[in-house]
Amino acid sequence: MKQKSLKEPITDTNLLLAITIGIFFAMYILAMVVWGGGFLRPQQLFDIFNNNAALIIVSCGLTIVMIAGGIDISVGGVIALVVMSCVVHLDNGGSVFSALMMALGIGVIFGLVHGYLVAYLEIQPFIVTLAGMFFARGMTTVVSIEPQTAQNAEFLALKDFRVEIPWLGYVTKSGDLIPGRLEVGVLIAMVVVVLAFVMLRWTRAGRSLYAVGGNRQSAMMLGINVRRTRFMSYLISGVLSGIAGFVFLTHTGAGNATNAAGAEMNAIASSIIGGTLLTGGVGNIIGTLFGALSLNTIKAIVVASGLREPWWQSITTGAMLCFFILLQSVVLSVRGKGGSKAMQPLLRKKEAKNE
Amino acid sequence: MKGTSKFRSEYSQLLIPLIALALIVIFNLFRDPTFFSVMLTTNNLGNTVLTGNLVSILNGASELAILSMGMTLVTAACGGQDISVGAAAAIAGSVFIKILRVGAITPGTILLAFLTCCVVAMLFAAFNGTLVAVFNIQPMIATLILFTAGRSVAYWINGGATPTVSSPLITAIGGFIPGIPIPTPIFIVIICGILFALAFKFTNLALYMQAVGINQGAARLNGINTVGTKLLSFIILGLCVAVAGCIGVSRLGLINHETLLIEIEMDAILAVAIGGNALGGGKFKMAGSVIGAYAIQALTTTLYAMRVSSTSIKAYKAVVIILIVVIGSPIVKDAINKYFAKNKQKRATVATGGEQ
Repeated sequence: MKQKSLKEPITDTNLLLAITIGIFFAMYILAMVVWGGGFLRPQQLFDIFNNNAALIIVSCGLTIVMIAGGIDISVGGVIALVVMSCVVHLDNGGSVFSALMMALGIGVIFGLVHGYLVAYLEIQPFIVTLAGMFFARGMTTVVSIEPQTAQNAEFLALKDFRVEIPWLGYVTKSGDLIPGRLEVGVLIAMVVVVLAFVMLRWTRAGRSLYAVGGNRQSAMMLGINVRRTRFMSYLISGVLSGIAGFVFLTHTGAGNATNAAGAEMNAIASSIIGGTLLTGGVGNIIGTLFGALSLNTIKAIVVASGLREPWWQSITTGAMLCFFILLQSVVLSVRGKGGSKAMQPLLRKKEAKNE
Repeated sequence: MKGTSKFRSEYSQLLIPLIALALIVIFNLFRDPTFFSVMLTTNNLGNTVLTGNLVSILNGASELAILSMGMTLVTAACGGQDISVGAAAAIAGSVFIKILRVGAITPGTILLAFLTCCVVAMLFAAFNGTLVAVFNIQPMIATLILFTAGRSVAYWINGGATPTVSSPLITAIGGFIPGIPIPTPIFIVIICGILFALAFKFTNLALYMQAVGINQGAARLNGINTVGTKLLSFIILGLCVAVAGCIGVSRLGLINHETLLIEIEMDAILAVAIGGNALGGGKFKMAGSVIGAYAIQALTTTLYAMRVSSTSIKAYKAVVIILIVVIGSPIVKDAINKYFAKNKQKRATVATGGEQ
């Protein structure tokens, strides 16, 4: 039995996942060796988590939508709307619980509308979620155009709460132990990642997502409710953007109309680096997690390496994205699943030789 | 009868953008008929110019119209959209200004700067095109790279500043040529439109793009160079980006990498979609996209005229977009057709019943 499983060819999903994880660790170890300092402390990794908990959550949502063959570019706007609404609600005497419900409610509404328009009225997902983004960004400024800071005591307690891990801390020069610190948002993000992973891997709903994204026609013939599955993918993405908005708020504690600008593109980039294909049917949540981490590790490396001009971060991010995209294309073409045409003549030669 | 059905299939695609435009016009007629008034005034440079909402719609939509022309081709041939046009336009604008700031501004240097910026924009477009055509990457993903890095590249070209140029010649490009009351960008759009019309009339460009978009394999078997066609669509879009970038920069006389043509990629894709073109590629009508672009600008101008704040305008825009696409959705169309067919049947049965 074991031997048979060894002989089984590795799937595209797993291969792309392995590459992403490998490159993330290679990059991090390189950073530890070359720049040392902060990278040697676990807190550096924790900070990457702390700063990007919301991004990880929306990336999970986008991965699910992309696996089902769609796209959702409204997530950044929904985060901004949720953050602003929650801050205003908290400052007007709302409780943390009702703010959380509000965040979920906004997410659910966006998810329902997107899902209905895309799945049941068959409108192009890009246009629907683009309108969603416009609407959310516009409504954010209607809620409040001025930046707002949350002053609710109950909320501030939640915001300043840290999970402390003493054995992953470090000792300062004066001899004090500073424990590793994780924010609440990271815990929520981890729960989301685990739930999404379990759903995609072991549940019927998750399997249908892959089937619908891979080939809608054959999924329908297998008796999968294609419309409901696509609807569900947008609903999940909407709910997760609502949660991400709340997590974003626990990190920053303030609402601003430009919050989470470009979050949708970062989330798409994370998913792609993690091996999700926009064509649908291929993707993995663990890959997305490592994609988001890689994306932000490279930013930390740029800062550490002394490239202080503001433009280097995006330029290196773009270069890394280019590298991963080309890598995926080449990998897929080597494995004979479309991908790069540039590689095909080379492959044909190889085959000719083998014959 | 045959003629009408052909006419229908040829032009029914233009129905959606025209209805959208008509709705906005009718709404404005009821709201405030003075919306359409056009006046001759003297601007602060002493030129006699046309002003009014109509002129500002036609003028303001210039960049969008030009970009939507290029975007239509990319959409048709590649079945995807280029989301990096705003960032690429920022790069093109930066190059334009960088060269103009070297020496005195004469028509010669402007032409040189424009040609250089066309070359740069075409190179970036060729990079996108190579990823799409040769490496078979989805256009949106391939252009995400330039979308992420583009504005930073422009910032880097500008050396971390927002350089300015001031010259009557630049003002003439972005504003009015002395003696002519119509804004210059409108002429540039007309020239671009004529060039595309001539290209479609005298070359196989449109046919090849559609063939590649509808069925790549079939197109290749028929001897069309699919890789070259896709690449060409991106390079043409690159030219459009260069023109739009130069207009955008000339309007203000400065380049701000953060705000130049911000989010225009979304509007351009929207214009293509409102124009009734399938975002999945294949057949296209460029006129639809251009009408779509003007409809978007008309909507924006209408909202401004209604004193909607510039930041919340997006929310209203979203509602209108959803309304338009819902009306245009195949499912809704089918439902409406069925409803009318049923009514007809009913009437027919009633009529025959009456005879008996």
